[in-house]
Amino acid sequence: MIGRASEIGAIASREVKKWYRSPILLFMTTIQPLLWMSLYGKAFNLTGLFRIPEDILKQLPPESTARFAAIANEILSRFFGASDIDFFSYIAVGMMGVILLFTSMSSGMSVAWDRRLGILNKLLVAPISRSSIILGKVISAIIRGVTQSLLVMLIGLALGMRLRVSGPVEFLIAVLSLALLGASLSSLIISVTIRLKSWEHHIAVSNLLNLPLMFTSSALYPVALMPEWLRTIAAINPLTHGIEVLREVLLLGTPFNSQTMLWHLSILIIFTSAATFLGIYLANVALRKM
Amino acid sequence: MNAIEAHGLRKVFGEIVAVDNISFAVEKGEIFGFLGPNGAGKTTTINMLTTLLKPTAGSARVWGYDIVDEPERVREVIGLAPQELTVDDELTGYENMMLHAALYHVPKEEARVRVKEILEFLELERFANKKVESYSGGMKKRLEIGCALIHEPKVLFLDEPTLGLDVQTRAAIWNYIRSLVREKGVTIFMTTHYMDEADNLCNRVAIIDYGRVKAIDTPSRLKSTIGGDLIELEVSEINGLTSEKLRTLPGVIDVVLDGERALVKVVRGEEVLPSVISILIRDGVSVRRVEMKKPSLEEVFLSLTGRKLRDENGAREEIARRSIAIRRARS
Ligand SMILES: Nc1ncnc2c1ncn2[C@@H]1O[C@H](COP(=O)(O)OP(=O)(O)O)[C@@H](O)[C@H]1O
Ligand SMILES: [Mg+2]
Repeated sequence: MIGRASEIGAIASREVKKWYRSPILLFMTTIQPLLWMSLYGKAFNLTGLFRIPEDILKQLPPESTARFAAIANEILSRFFGASDIDFFSYIAVGMMGVILLFTSMSSGMSVAWDRRLGILNKLLVAPISRSSIILGKVISAIIRGVTQSLLVMLIGLALGMRLRVSGPVEFLIAVLSLALLGASLSSLIISVTIRLKSWEHHIAVSNLLNLPLMFTSSALYPVALMPEWLRTIAAINPLTHGIEVLREVLLLGTPFNSQTMLWHLSILIIFTSAATFLGIYLANVALRKM
Repeated sequence: MNAIEAHGLRKVFGEIVAVDNISFAVEKGEIFGFLGPNGAGKTTTINMLTTLLKPTAGSARVWGYDIVDEPERVREVIGLAPQELTVDDELTGYENMMLHAALYHVPKEEARVRVKEILEFLELERFANKKVESYSGGMKKRLEIGCALIHEPKVLFLDEPTLGLDVQTRAAIWNYIRSLVREKGVTIFMTTHYMDEADNLCNRVAIIDYGRVKAIDTPSRLKSTIGGDLIELEVSEINGLTSEKLRTLPGVIDVVLDGERALVKVVRGEEVLPSVISILIRDGVSVRRVEMKKPSLEEVFLSLTGRKLRDENGAREEIARRSIAIRRARS
């Protein structure tokens, strides 16, 4: 048991060391979500559409503005969860989840790199469990992703992101859901890519998965705004559930015993367990057959 | 018990028969080499013996453990320094070694002691805390070998240990390998396509071509199958009587006269040469120049396969491989 833990730790720490020693990698993977946040969150101010501009406000009689405000607030609450949400904060939290997708993708890729460079062979001749190799990668994805996600949150706060958190437990739930996202997405990606021998195939697959997974989640717009078919896809996309948990506990100040939040969290946990077992199973089969 | 025993090992990739019915045994404490050109099936054989590939047919035991039925046991007693460099450029030499120690469940305290000792042995201790990307090719290869030693393996597999290195670096690595066997009693299975490497380093050599073993023996006995050494003399005229005397000398196989040149084919040149010279001097023949040529494994390979060891194809493949290594080093 201790042996297993140290194998996994050794493999994970190799990835993590390489990551934090490479400022360029750190910068590039942080700047991308920041760009999405700033461009999309600030430029397409969706929630801003429902605010009445000052000059119009002055011309209208108070009772009609009040009625309009009530309708606008109703719409905002229905789509975004609360009426006083700004779109930038909404997108920023979405991006905190999306970062886990990006880092998971690069963890999946590192399996292909290791194979290409012969490092996978070195791991396979060592007397370690095959699943340790996969779990090492998954854990490194979690460490990298969660750290970067929290880093982006800090930058977001500096740029005007507003959080409403009920307490430390709720904040820990946010961290937990980030970790679960890392585990589920990296296992999923490793399951898909473990058999691919060539680096080029890997890039093709990751391009194929990256943006669709982001756009079919609730990262950039609320599920309630989606057409029916997209809603179905969003519902089976783990990213949606992770991001919904994050929005509940970080943006809406939902307490830890909220039904909606626990519902999303449970789905995420179930999804993570399934994906991790699948990843380990497929990796065992694939690595043994070489 | 032998360190390695292989019986009818075979590996087929689709249409390609990479390894074709290979059998051999490696004794404990010996340096056993596979000598053959690129594509001969050397790496494939190593991959099967190190449990990375399942044989299509045949069986093998490493340190008594079956490679198919007991791969976990095999992995515990072997070390592998693969053909490609797999040490991590972005980590230091020390970190690379500690990573391997963890993969082989060597306790931390113990690992620190061993890493220090191995780095000293490979004369890398000065560079222990430098990132591997700053290492030379020879240093990386030494570190690669060092990583494979951390768990004190019984059998060490070295796949082309000096591929692409310069002459001095190669000689230095040969010395490390020799002292490994001497000081630590490790058994070594290595591959090479350099005939001088097989000749200088290996106790026994298997000559392999197109997946088949053509011959297995000590380098000197392999070379003696070629039919001995060649003594080349530049002399004044030799008459028939003298050449007849040479021909009947024990150890002489053949004498060819070619004007002022005489070629004497003999079994053990060192022992026959003095007698040859003394006969010539006694018969009043003046000797201007003597050269003795020993057959190399190159000639052995040629006579066994009808091909040169390093033909055009092989050379091209190596260039391609090196450029991959260079690209990797840059990225
Ligand atoms: N994974 C593989 N798939 C298909 N063919 C392979 C594979 N590995 C090796 N080969 C082929 O098997 C033959 C032997 O290769 P290899 O064992 O690498 O030779 P060597 O190490 O002696 O240069 C070559 O023709 C090579 O192309
Ligand atoms: Mg090879």
